[in-house]
Parts: sequence; C-alpha cells; structure tokens
Amino acid sequence: MNSNETKPKHPLLEKIEPSLIAVACGLLVGLVVMMIFNIQESFAGFFTMLVGAFNQGSRSIGNMFYMATPIILTGLSVGFAFKTGLFNIGAAGQMVIGAYTAIHIGVLWNLPAPLHWIIAILCGTLAGAIWGLIPGVLKALSNVNEVVATIMMNFIGMYLVMYMIKANVLNPLDSRSLNVQSTALLPTWGLDKIFPGSAINIGIIVALLAVVVIHIILNKTTLGYQLKATGYNKEGSTYAGINTKRNIIISMSIAGALAGLAGALYYLKLGNHLTTSSGLLPQGFDGISVALLGLSEPIGALIAGLFLSYIRQGGFYMQLYDFKPEIIDIIISTIIYFSALAVVLQTVFHKQIKKMKEKKRKTPNEEEVSS
Amino acid sequence: MDYIIEMNNICKQFGTLKANDDVTIQVKKGEIHALLGENGAGKSTLMSVLFGLYQPDSGEILIKGEKVLINNPNDANKLGIGMVHQHFKLVEAFTALENIVLGAEDTKYGFLTLDKAREKVLELSKLYKLEVKPDELISDISVGMQQRVEILKMLYRDAEILIFDEPTAVLTPQEIEELMNIIRKFAKEGKSIILITHKLNEIKAVADRCTVLRKGKYIGTVEVSKTSTEKMAEMMVGRKVSFTVDKKPKTPGDVILKVENLTVLNKAKNKELVKHATFEVRAGEIVGLAGIEGNGQTELVHAITGLRPFSEGSIAISGVDVTKDTVRDKYEKGLGHIPEDRQKHGLILDYNLAENLILQSYYLPEFQKHGFLKFDNIYIHAQNLIERFDIRSASGAKSSARSMSGGNQQKAIIAREISRDPKLLIAVQPTRGLDVGAIEYIHKQIIRQRDEDKGVFMVSLELDEIMDVSDRILVMYEGEIVAELDPKQTTINELGLYMSGSKGGKHNEQQ
Repeated sequence: MNSNETKPKHPLLEKIEPSLIAVACGLLVGLVVMMIFNIQESFAGFFTMLVGAFNQGSRSIGNMFYMATPIILTGLSVGFAFKTGLFNIGAAGQMVIGAYTAIHIGVLWNLPAPLHWIIAILCGTLAGAIWGLIPGVLKALSNVNEVVATIMMNFIGMYLVMYMIKANVLNPLDSRSLNVQSTALLPTWGLDKIFPGSAINIGIIVALLAVVVIHIILNKTTLGYQLKATGYNKEGSTYAGINTKRNIIISMSIAGALAGLAGALYYLKLGNHLTTSSGLLPQGFDGISVALLGLSEPIGALIAGLFLSYIRQGGFYMQLYDFKPEIIDIIISTIIYFSALAVVLQTVFHKQIKKMKEKKRKTPNEEEVSS
Repeated sequence: MDYIIEMNNICKQFGTLKANDDVTIQVKKGEIHALLGENGAGKSTLMSVLFGLYQPDSGEILIKGEKVLINNPNDANKLGIGMVHQHFKLVEAFTALENIVLGAEDTKYGFLTLDKAREKVLELSKLYKLEVKPDELISDISVGMQQRVEILKMLYRDAEILIFDEPTAVLTPQEIEELMNIIRKFAKEGKSIILITHKLNEIKAVADRCTVLRKGKYIGTVEVSKTSTEKMAEMMVGRKVSFTVDKKPKTPGDVILKVENLTVLNKAKNKELVKHATFEVRAGEIVGLAGIEGNGQTELVHAITGLRPFSEGSIAISGVDVTKDTVRDKYEKGLGHIPEDRQKHGLILDYNLAENLILQSYYLPEFQKHGFLKFDNIYIHAQNLIERFDIRSASGAKSSARSMSGGNQQKAIIAREISRDPKLLIAVQPTRGLDVGAIEYIHKQIIRQRDEDKGVFMVSLELDEIMDVSDRILVMYEGEIVAELDPKQTTINELGLYMSGSKGGKHNEQQ
C-alpha cells in the first residue's frame, strides 16, 4: 500500500507504516461490506463516512474533540500499561468507578464552582487509580494474571456502580443518576465560541495535558526508564536491581488513574448520566483499539483517538444513505484486526515488492544486485 | 572419486547475512571429517542444509555420486544421514526406547509393537558399547546417556553418514574419551562421520581430515595428521592466535566474598539445588568454578547476586553481611555481575547502548536530577565506555542493543560492570559463544581486575578457560562443592573425575 521501498525510509514513517496499512485495509473491507449491503449507495455512503465529520463545520469538529476525549485517555491508559509490559483490559471498570465518584461528588457535595469540578475530577482519577492498583498488587505479590484480574474488576466495578447509583444518586423517574450540580460541570473556557453548537468542554485540554505528561514520564524520567525496562525485560530489570514489583503496582495505578480521569471528564457534563441498566462502558474497550492503533505511544493514542472519533462522527451521517451507524463499528473492528496483523502484512508487502523488483533487474548483473 | 558426500558450492543467505558463501565439503567413505569454525562461521547452517532443514540458495549435493534433493529430515534419513544435534531433540516424557523408535515405529493392526525394536536397540547398544537403560524416562537419565540415545536413534535407522554437532560440549573429559572411541569404531565399520566442533584438540585426536569455514566462506581442507593445531587455529580465526594467558603471580589479600552454608531449593522446595556451599574469594585472586552444566552453578550465582531466594546460609561482601540485601544494595556494596545469559539478564535489548550502560546506576545523581534523566551525561558516559572498551556497533551510543553482535554485547556488559568499579566481580561463562579474538580480550580484562586487587569469581563450562584463568578452582557436582584445586597442580583429567562425581564429595565418602 503505502510503501516506497528504494530510499531508506524516515524512521517515523517506518514506525507508523503498520498503522496506516491497517487503516487502509480496514476502510477497504468496510467498503466491501457496504457494497454487499447496498451496492448503489455504497460509494456515496463511504464518502460521507470519510468526510462526515466536517459535515457541519466547526460544530462537528467540536463534537469530534468531545467524543475523542474519553477514548484518548483510555487509550493512553491501555498503551501506558502495555509499554510497561502489562495488559490493562480493565479500563472500562476503572472508568466507570472514576465516573461514579465524580458524579457522586457532583451531585451530593456543595462546593463553589471551580473547586467543585476540580475536586470531582481529582477524586474520580484517584478512584480509577485504586481500581487499577488492586490488580497491580495482586500481580506483583502473587503473580495473578492481570488480564483476568482486570476483567473481573470490570464487572465488580460495573455492578458496584449500579448499586451505588441506586443507593445514593438515583433519579427514580428514568432509573439513572441525577444531574450533577452546575458548579460541578466542566467549563468550556470559550471553546464553545470556537466550536459553536458543539458539546466541547475543557475535557479535551485535560486529555492533551495527560498525553504530554505521560509522554514526559515515559521518555524523560527515571520512573519511565524503570517502568519501560520492566516492560521490555523483567528478568533484565531484576538483574539491574530495579524493584519490578513496585513498578507493576505504580504502572497499573497510573493506568487506572487515566481511565478514571476519562470517566470523570465524560460524565461531568450536562445530559450524560450513568444508568442502572447499562453494561460495561464501551469507551473502556475502545481504549484497547486506540492503544493498538496508536502503537502504545502517548502521541499515537491522541491521533488514534481523534481518528476513531472522527470516523464515528462520519458514520453517524451515513444514516442519510440507508446505512446503520453500526457499520462503523464493523470498520473499526476490522481496522483493529488489521493492526494486530499489520506487521505481518507489512513484511508480506515488502517481500512482494522486493520480488517484483528483483525480477525486473535479474538480467543485467545479478551479483551486484544481491550484495 | 569415492566420496560418499559431496556438497559443492553451497550458498545460503538469511536476509543480508551470507551464512554459507560458496562452501564445498567432500567426505570420503569411512573417514572422520571435522568441520571447524568459530561460532557463526556457518557450520551448523551447512549441516542443516545436508540434513534437509534448510534449502540451499544454490549449489548441489551428491550422495554416493548421485545428485540428490533433500527437502526435509525424512529425506535425509532415507539417504542414510543421521544427526546428533547440539541441543538434543528428545521427548522428555518418553522412555529412551520410545524416543529411539519415534518416527520409525513398528505397528501391528495400528498398535505399537516395541519388542522387535527393543531387540535391535539392545543389539546395537551391545555392539558399540553404548550403554542405555531403554525403559527409563529421558528426564531421569544423565546427559551422557541422552546423547547415547541420540546416537542409537541414528543407528536404529541404519544411518551410514553420522553428523555430530558439538557433541562434547556437555560431557566430562572421561565421557569425551569414550565418545571418541565410539566414533573411531564407527569409522572402522565403514560409516562416515562429520564432526562439527571448534575444539582443536578433539580434531587432532580423532579426525582424518578437516574442513575449515570462516565467516561463511570455505577456507580449505587439510589432512589433520600433517597440520599443526596452530595452523588450523590460524585458518579458523584468520590470524595468529596466542593460546597462553599472560598472568603474573599474585598473593591474595583480604576476603572479599564469603559464602557460608548456602542452600538453594528448587521451586517445589523438595530438592536441594545447591547444598551447603561454603567458600571465599579474596582480593587479587580469580576463583574458577568448574562443573558440568546444570549442577547448581547457575543457582549458586543467582542466590549470591540476589536473583533467586535461598533457604539457608549467609553471604558477606568485604566483611559486610548482605544475606538479606536486595540486588541494588548488593551492587552498592561492591558487586559486579557479568551474567550467564547476556540477552535475558545482562541487557534490555530494546534499549539502546547508552541506556544499557546505566542499567544499575540510572538513579544516581550523575544521571538524574529530580527524577529527570540527564541525557547529556548519559551519552557522554556511553561515549567514554565505547572508546575505553572498544565497543563496536552500527550507530554508536544510539544503537539498539538488539542489533549488536554477541561479542560487542558482552563487551558492553563488561564495560558497564567494570566501570562501576566493583570490589567483587562475578563472571558467569564470560566468553560463551564468542570468537577467539573476543575471548582473548575478555580474559585480559578479567585478569586486569584481579591485578587491581578485586576479587573475581568466574563460573565456566570450558575447562581450558578454568585452567588458564583461575588462581584457584572449585568443582561443583550435583549442587555440592566437591573439591578445591590448584590449577598448577591438577590436570584436566582430575578435574573431570570430580566433575562427574566419581571423586570427592559426601556421596563418595559414605560408600
């Protein structure tokens, strides 16, 4: 696809190439699926999906940022844990716990404006951190597989939150949480003027800050040095005298905090409620996709989160053409499948291209070519 | 031309690496033909081509004068080619007999019948004095016997061409002697043998002719009886090699490492892997620990360095008790550790060279401030070590450790450990898998540490290394330190007797 072999490639291009291949293949398969369902309108629908996010100008872009906020953060959470050698499948649970904590404070506490939402965010983040810490401790102390532990924590978190809503903040009319007080709503700081009519608030700015902070932690600090060393090679880190157990706990706590932050930011918003009947939060699992597509890098999570949100927005408008927006989830899932396969695909492409080139050149001077 | 095997102009390339570049080897019927070369010279690749594991890019193979295509090991078996791999290919949970027949089983109505096979195996085992216990599980028999099972596997399939890949690496000197006799007997019976090795004395002892490879290229074939060891070494390395290690006598000083009554249990806690080890290492001496692989040396070192818990005993470095210390505490008290497995323990392969050179010291004020790494200092530090220790890599301090050659990875580890100026240096198989040039260099570095009054504890499976470098030798057998010897007053033979448990140790006293 996107491979231009002859010249030595820019290292960045080489790094993101698998993701680009995955996206291209995913879109292609999406187009094929759309053609199967409705061939006449498939191209128009596909086109709408690609540009739909700009359908209503700045309003759509604002919404894209708003929808991207939680999945950038859960993507950051999963990616950060992965960089340090851990699979955090528990972003959904950490997020819901963070969300509930923020809602609880937002509904029941009485505080003045900036303090209220700041405390709600901080407590939500902390609650997420605790939800990540528990599987971290289990892993560090008795080597409980963190995949299993975090999945279980997802369900414990989900049911615990349902119970807590019913016990504390239930709006009996529609069996969901009460509206948070206006002092606890995230401000917009003028962003709503730039993107008029959109749902945007400062959540996206907080998410951007989180991306920068995590990037610095991973690449510039001794903490990141230790955490990555543990992730790359646990035995080697033990040999180096690094406390790998402590690192597992720290890493899972930070991952949990990021997901908790996602929950707090998303639900400190007028019109967003936790319900007593909803399942696991989808943004938690989107985080896995975002991290995969973003190659577990903080900047990658930012780009992948925006992309996913962008294409979802477009998918929404596809309904104009008799397509259900679920088709977007098919495409996104395909992209994720391909990003898992991307490295394989990349080598296959490279081999094919090399073969073709060799055939072309075979005749003149074989020995020089092969050297 | 009565060659039984001819491999002519074989080329095999992996990526950009030419593992075999126009290599030719011709083996006569009934001869013992040695294949000599350093690690990475392409010996194993060439034999894998002959055994059907790889397909050559170009070149031809002739067996008994006929051109053949060998697509897989089954084809090789049909042509009468058998191979004993360096790492045995045996099923641990099967008995010796089951392993021998595996892939060539007799069946009756679809059921396995072993009676005929047992007869044949026992007959072969008697004929060649290859003692095996056919009904013991592989996991319960010694390494020497496992090798005999592998040999019987070839004979059971009526192999005429026998390939041995570094067969002596896991054996004691006495077992090596036995194996050499068996190999001689095979040759006398008219079987043809290819012996892959980098040990010159073994070639001198048994081989008729010797083909030398270097960096994938064919260097030449010589008559062993008419060629000196020095000449063969020169062909192998490409330059003159000194075999002697320069070492001035030195009187040991204070005790640097004191290990008392150290016992290490296995994971299930029902077997002692190290049994009450007690010894000392003094300043200015190199203590060598000899032993056959898997007799508790690794566990002993891991316990001392803190990579593994132990159940009993105490450890002191320079008189300070470090029994309960963490790995980092031990480093701070003067431990340097060149680990056995440089890729698993010694390096973080995904980090670059500079990052690897601060693995134990990244948290010191020299390399960090308020938790932020000082990259300038880190790269200056790396540059210093690269120059001082001549570490070569594609892009200097920024090269990823993974991309470096084994020898340079090892140099990087040695540079890091020595530059931390430890009082005690523990070096485990410091030259494993390295070429002769790198080995010389590493021995020099280790001896220099001793000359600077450091205590050095060296574990090695290579007896020559133990004999040449050590000032004092300890021998370990089944987790027990069974002997303490002076290299000037002992022989490789005596060492071998201790290593195989036939001399010294508690179990012999009791008898």
